[in-house]
Amino acid sequence: MKDAFGTPQSLLLLGGTSEIGLATARRLIARRTRTVWLAGRPSPDLTAAADSLRALGAEVHTVPFDALDTESHAERLGKVFTEGDIDMVLLAFGILGDQAHDEADPLAAVRVAQTNYTGAVSAGLVCAAALQAQGHGSLVVLSSVAGERARRANFIYGSSKAGLDAFAQGLGDALYGTGVHVMVVRPGFVRSRMTAGLEEAPLATTPEAVATAIELGLRRRSEAVWVPGALRMVMSALRHVPRPLFRRLPV
Amino acid sequence: MAAHTDVEPLTGWGRTAPTLARVHRPRTYEEASETVRACGARGSIARGLGRAYGDAAQNAGGSVLDMTGLDRIRSVDAVEGLVVCDAGVSLHRLIEVLLPLGWFVPVTPGTRYVTVGGAIGADIHGKNHHVSGSFTRHVASLDLLTADGEIRTVVPGTDLFDATAGGMGLTGVILSATLRLLPVETSLMSVDTERATDLDDLMARLTDGDHRYRYSVAWIDLLARGAATGRSVLTRGDHAPYAAIPVRDRRARRAPLAFRPGQLPAAPALVPEGLLGRTTVGLFNELWYRRAPRRRTGQLQRISTFFHPLDGVPHWNRIYGRGGFVQYQFVVGHGQEATLHRIVKRIARRGCPSFLAVLKRFGEADPGWLSFPVRGWTLALDIPARLSGLGAFLDELDEEVAGAGGRVYLAKDSRLRPELLDAMYPRLADFRALRAALDPRSVFTSDLSRRLAL
Repeated sequence: MKDAFGTPQSLLLLGGTSEIGLATARRLIARRTRTVWLAGRPSPDLTAAADSLRALGAEVHTVPFDALDTESHAERLGKVFTEGDIDMVLLAFGILGDQAHDEADPLAAVRVAQTNYTGAVSAGLVCAAALQAQGHGSLVVLSSVAGERARRANFIYGSSKAGLDAFAQGLGDALYGTGVHVMVVRPGFVRSRMTAGLEEAPLATTPEAVATAIELGLRRRSEAVWVPGALRMVMSALRHVPRPLFRRLPV
Repeated sequence: MAAHTDVEPLTGWGRTAPTLARVHRPRTYEEASETVRACGARGSIARGLGRAYGDAAQNAGGSVLDMTGLDRIRSVDAVEGLVVCDAGVSLHRLIEVLLPLGWFVPVTPGTRYVTVGGAIGADIHGKNHHVSGSFTRHVASLDLLTADGEIRTVVPGTDLFDATAGGMGLTGVILSATLRLLPVETSLMSVDTERATDLDDLMARLTDGDHRYRYSVAWIDLLARGAATGRSVLTRGDHAPYAAIPVRDRRARRAPLAFRPGQLPAAPALVPEGLLGRTTVGLFNELWYRRAPRRRTGQLQRISTFFHPLDGVPHWNRIYGRGGFVQYQFVVGHGQEATLHRIVKRIARRGCPSFLAVLKRFGEADPGWLSFPVRGWTLALDIPARLSGLGAFLDELDEEVAGAGGRVYLAKDSRLRPELLDAMYPRLADFRALRAALDPRSVFTSDLSRRLAL
């Protein structure tokens, strides 16, 4: 069960090797979290991630999970919930793709969209139903500022996150009053494996900072969290910039 | 016929951690029994008036028995001072009925709006603990609906009684109880008030004088620092005898046992966050301390003013805003005064905006396995849940409390680290064993029992 500050005792991390996901898990283990499920494709990275959390004192399980294999989601994730209550699900999987390459290769672009959007719709709904059945829990969805307004430089990724963001908001409304809390997290540029080699955007942040913001959001039962917080104002301004001008902005 | 059911989000009085449950409202023992039998895999828990601060009367995804429909007072023996009543009867109702007959509830907490079942399940205490012990000391017997669907009559001195007294509803549903009452001549309290300049002064006054009073409690200004750390207002008293009513007060002379609680407007539903910050609470505390007389004796107060000042403001828990609040109450034994000092100093230094902070000296403990009171010092304070870093801070206080052999109060808990529970409650293993034998499928389950693995 979650405590009065919204800190979960058990966590299911979808995207078991996600840097933001693992930073969040570490932070929560330092407080109340004792049981962690890492869902991801079996790999040495996933095993290493599990070991690193075990070393912090948590009981860690792994469950094979592939965002693209939506057929398997209900069975694989459903099994996790039969083992015991999950207080928090963190939906943290996603790929950035390679914009230039993907524009020329529609199949690669579809893979980005299917992972980030279709896979999340499937896994999100499976987990939401399970959380609803247990009458409590948080579903935290990692969106992105890229979903707020499509940019020339990464609109394939951005559009998939825009879809995910809208889906998560609607799901949050659907679950309002059921004891289940849905929180959308919109980080800006995060220094991580995913962005290695890319030119850093203004207001860049770290996985640890995102983890801190998630913990605060849980305590406040927030519906949306921006990381860093200043992005909320920046993006609300950018959203209204006319397109001819937006096209020329160095964002 | 099945009891009426609704699916509702529920929280405790602190309004944190909401969860969803099917709420049944049984009107008869049979309906209660049927509901428990049909409760499903996520179990069932009884709920009274929702005054437990944390998650003791919630059951996520399962069923909750709202017991307030079972509210009959079955019989009153006005000669011996005994009452037999359903578990869903509130102390408010009991006082309304019994006070005009010259009897008072033996133990009352800071609110009248708790049910008899809840009072037994949490084994509540009042300002008279040093004299009268906790609530279940005055229970002659109770009827308990257990997981097998049977109704058992449980009497003091048995394991089942000691597991149920303070057992947070996890041994079964208390259906009715027989209580021994306290005779009184009037509905007024004779109250002495004095100020204590610091914590040492307060503890000395409590130690020296408590035995002269039936009721005793101290309000502490936890925002006062330095030399004033622990400054407080000490209020002690007893039921006023008829002779204490002044001759000119004809109304009171004519109806000495009339019960007249006042009522103020309810707190608004929407309160801005952060209303109770350090500045506002600091100002309140300063005024509260200053307005108390340095010393006043024999002041006559109504029962509601003396025992239940907050009951005059319905929904006062809303003043903490949407984020809710936590109440932290712990006890440390005699000889652990240094720990109490350290904790009070830490709270003062941290600046927790708490305007409801009370210190009391407990008397002899009762035998309930998970009953909270033990001989020593207990401090209770309310803190807004949104205060940053509060979770980690209270965890540190828990360590001090557990290290000193003390414990926190389960009826108020919403955040304890489960690992500390065994140290705090030495009879926990017995409690778990009895539950495993009596209720192997964990029919009786609450958010509290899941969170702390009770």
